[in-house]
Amino acid sequence: MTVLVSLIVGLGLFFIIGLAARVALQAAAPARHRPMFRDMPLTAAFGLAVILVYVVVAILAPVIAPFGEGEVLGDQYLPWAAPHYLGTDKLGRDMLTRLIYGARNTVGIAFATTALAFVAGSVLGIWAALAGGWLDQGLSRLVDALMAIPALVFSLLLLTIFGTSVLTLILVIAAVDATRVYRLARSVAQGIVVMDYIEAARLRGEGNWHLIRREILPNAMAPLVAEFGLRFCFVFLSISALSFLGLGIKPPTADWGSMVRENATLITFGDITPLLPAGAIALLTVAVNFVVDWQLHRASGLRD
Amino acid sequence: MDRDILLSIKGLRIDGRSGDAWHPIVKGVDLTLHRGEVLGLIGESGAGKSTLGLAAMGFARDGCRISGGTIDFDGIDLRTAPEATRRSLRGKRIAYVAQSAAASFNPAHRLIGQYCEGPVVHGVMSREKAEGDAVDLYRRMRLPNPEDIGFRYPHQVSGGQLQRAMTAMAMSCRPDLIIFDEPTTALDVTTQIEVLAAIRDIVRQFGTAAIYITHDLAVVAQMADRIKVLLRGDEVEEADTRSMLAAPREEYTRSLWAVRSFARPEQPPGRGTPVVSVRNVTAGYGAVDVLRNVSFDIHARRTVAVVGESGSGKSTTARVITGLLPPRKGQVLMGGKTLPPGFKGRSRDELRQCQMIYQMADTALNPRLRLRELIGRPAEMYLGLTGKALEARIRDLLALIELEPDTYIDRLPSELSGGQKQRIGIARALAAEPQLIICDEVTSALDQIVQEGILKLLDRLQGELNLACMFITHDLATVKSIADEVVVMQQGVVVEHGPKAALFADPKQDYTRLLLSSVPEMDPDWLNRLLAARGEDA
Repeated sequence: MTVLVSLIVGLGLFFIIGLAARVALQAAAPARHRPMFRDMPLTAAFGLAVILVYVVVAILAPVIAPFGEGEVLGDQYLPWAAPHYLGTDKLGRDMLTRLIYGARNTVGIAFATTALAFVAGSVLGIWAALAGGWLDQGLSRLVDALMAIPALVFSLLLLTIFGTSVLTLILVIAAVDATRVYRLARSVAQGIVVMDYIEAARLRGEGNWHLIRREILPNAMAPLVAEFGLRFCFVFLSISALSFLGLGIKPPTADWGSMVRENATLITFGDITPLLPAGAIALLTVAVNFVVDWQLHRASGLRD
Repeated sequence: MDRDILLSIKGLRIDGRSGDAWHPIVKGVDLTLHRGEVLGLIGESGAGKSTLGLAAMGFARDGCRISGGTIDFDGIDLRTAPEATRRSLRGKRIAYVAQSAAASFNPAHRLIGQYCEGPVVHGVMSREKAEGDAVDLYRRMRLPNPEDIGFRYPHQVSGGQLQRAMTAMAMSCRPDLIIFDEPTTALDVTTQIEVLAAIRDIVRQFGTAAIYITHDLAVVAQMADRIKVLLRGDEVEEADTRSMLAAPREEYTRSLWAVRSFARPEQPPGRGTPVVSVRNVTAGYGAVDVLRNVSFDIHARRTVAVVGESGSGKSTTARVITGLLPPRKGQVLMGGKTLPPGFKGRSRDELRQCQMIYQMADTALNPRLRLRELIGRPAEMYLGLTGKALEARIRDLLALIELEPDTYIDRLPSELSGGQKQRIGIARALAAEPQLIICDEVTSALDQIVQEGILKLLDRLQGELNLACMFITHDLATVKSIADEVVVMQQGVVVEHGPKAALFADPKQDYTRLLLSSVPEMDPDWLNRLLAARGEDA
């Protein structure tokens, strides 16, 4: 019964948020982009709304959060009651506060990592497809070698060598993920570089950078965007896994992945608190993929 | 009811879906076909020819629906008959021959296996009998080595042979009706003749009725007893072949004839330094020489047509001139100066001088760029135009190719028709302000009326801008209308080269004569006469 009720409430919320977001985005968008939002499916509107909320929360974390990020405020594992609306964790820190700060750290790092992986991976991949020959061979074999090492082991190794800081964490995970993006971008670009318009651009005397940026990338966008949605979610997993092993985000910095682990004992008592950060990750993942699907649909629609 | 009528279509309407809306493709067409009769369906692309042809099998493509009218095939209403009935008819009593045999055969199976599938599935004959029958039909289709050819894979036989093998396959169950959808459009003129003759003979031998779909009037004149002209889903007129050719009733039909009459006035012979000269070029891929000792010049304002079958080295010559394929021997001179062999070694100005227009505008224009950037980029790059000057230049160019600048400047290529895309290809070439344009089969993928527009445009621009033009084509009708000089190529060698008038009037080489005599003429007796004449020679 409870399951049914929560399902209905959830669906209702989904529709209300989606519809409201669509109306709001339409009103806020400049006239040129308005048709795009008008034809937007409800899922995409919902996804955009969720992402927007996450971003606002992440940016305004110090303002919104009722307490300090690492502040120990009382007993451990307090139940949901004012002033700790979502209780406290095993060190007596406010759960809500840490969720809010977690948005900033986890989402920020995941986004930076994925973006970096995509820029590096797709530029190199397209360049390899375009240049061919020894450059393609060299880069591709290097990537093959990197991909042959299990990702987690490889990241551990790199983090041990370079030390753990947020910056090295971002760079290491980005480097590992960029190999996957490289593979995809190269194979997509190989189908594009044989087209006559690329030949025409080469004959015109265009440089590599122009070819990559203006001639190939716009045509390779659809599969890359789809991959972005997936990669973004995998990066959460990598960060959580590394944090779990003690090489990720260091305490007391709040991070959703480690929050699940730290409070896991509560689950045995039937308390759902530890699932809240997991739910936050899940919701964002779903939202990102809704938006990605929509963009993908638009991109493929333009083609035919 | 007339026992002699095989297929009777009345008031047929077919809709196609675009987005959520249905719009009509075929708007109430009647069609009657007697047993053993060949009906030609002609019209531009988008006229609904293929859709109508498929509807004669009771079939509508994905995204299409038959929304009205009746299709009566020998007493069976194909619209209301259950799918099982229709399926039992298809392949057995109604067969279909597609435009591209290469794309329609399954590349993973031998020809004979695909031949036998129809008769065996329909229970007409056993596998052994079907194989024997295949050899017989291959022989009747005049395929070389009829005993063995069936055991080859599709990629092991030539395009013309494949098209004949497909016709044999359609014949396997001795159907009452065959639908030919542009069966020779993708073939060279010399190959086309063999296929046309084979198709005509076999249809007559078995007394099969046929619907022959094409956009080429001269071809349909050889094949059909009656011709029906379609325009945007409506019938324009229908008449007996000879009477329609002699006296077309409708204005539109006459315009289809008139296309072939466009002729560019011949330009005075070039003097002084040629814009481009190809000197003793030998080039190829890997160890194979595709071109051997090719030489010719192109002067300003002159159009040199390079003709030959596919594989004769026409496009390779263009690749040598543009620098995509550095020659092994010989050189390319532009304005008297030797060009570096590869395009990477050429200066920006040398690249600018020579611009290429491609056959397939679909793959030659980046589908993600708007016309503003497509056309503007060469002007920005070569001439250093920016801001207002660039904008003005783009608008000038659009006006030059007869497209309204305000409407088109921010469109994507997918928002244009085939002819408009080709015009954009031309505008992009002109934006560089070149001295030579290389047109690689630029009209092959277009309808005849659209072709004429493109040819007239090229002619006008060539005069206004003093361009030299190298025109690669296998279509001799186009050569007749626009060329000043003709270079005939065969297997990488220039076999004959001369002014158009002299070459057409008095070809010196056998190959040129063969090529010229293979161009279909509007006369319905042309194929008979040609085959008779060649039979005497042999």
